[in-house]
Amino acid sequence: MIGVSHYLILSGLLFSIGFVGVLRRKNLLMLFFATEIMLNAVNIAFAAIGNYYGDLSGQMFAFFVIAVAASEVAVGLGLLIVLYKKYGSLDLEVIANMKG
Amino acid sequence: MYEFIAFYIFAISTVVLFGITVMSKNVLYAMTSLAGGMVMISGFFFLLGADFLGVVQLIVYVGAVMALYAFAMMFFDATKDIKEKHQNPTLTIVLGALMALVFVFIFSAPIIGENIEALYPVVEGVGNAQAVGMVLFTKYLVPFELAAVMLLVAMIAGIILAGKKMDHSLTTHDDAVDEVLHHRFESESDAIHDAEKIADRAEREGAGK
Repeated sequence: MIGVSHYLILSGLLFSIGFVGVLRRKNLLMLFFATEIMLNAVNIAFAAIGNYYGDLSGQMFAFFVIAVAASEVAVGLGLLIVLYKKYGSLDLEVIANMKG
Repeated sequence: MYEFIAFYIFAISTVVLFGITVMSKNVLYAMTSLAGGMVMISGFFFLLGADFLGVVQLIVYVGAVMALYAFAMMFFDATKDIKEKHQNPTLTIVLGALMALVFVFIFSAPIIGENIEALYPVVEGVGNAQAVGMVLFTKYLVPFELAAVMLLVAMIAGIILAGKKMDHSLTTHDDAVDEVLHHRFESESDAIHDAEKIADRAEREGAGK
């Protein structure tokens, strides 16, 4: 039978996939995709634990995470468009102007 | 048994689709597989009895967020592959595997501690959407209103940031635009020339009669 541990292990795996994406991506749009994966993994964990304890707080937090993700995408894509207009590229190597 | 099969189908497809998102070089492939993975994630919510959350996931993530990405992709050149310089790929993989272990331990810790009680227990006898509404509009009313204000601020910020110089093209080169405009003007002058010739001929024919 599928228990809460299955969901939590899957959530950890998906979060790690998103983390690998954040570490290896150099394109800002792809970095956004990786953060979306991480947010979704956390939502699965919230829903699974809420189901395990018969508690609705987990689902509430997942709702607010979705709201935050939606506003993050709106503002972030606006910033990406401004960056693309300024530099003509979304590559972090091109955009980075601090030495280090 | 059905839950078992459904869980493993959803789990394998989610991991594969998100793996494509992380590893693909093409932006369009990455975005499409991300949308597919989000549909599969809503399947987990339905399995967990959080029907309303699953529907919200489908509407907000697959409907709104991915559509926003697709619209933003019109500003960038999405057809060519992304070139990325990877300095230390093994370090990335090792760190990712370590993160996986750490998160599995962290997430399985509350299973060991059994003395947690439900703060807002699931109400018996009503559907999931009703139960969510009862909790959301009583205990979480202030965060709900704050989230509404935050979404409004994000909407205004997105319009202000993306709306500047919308008439200026980003992807097409100026030469190409000039060529197109020049071609159009050329053909328009041709048309005027033709019209003048026709008018001349009509005038001459009228004079002949």
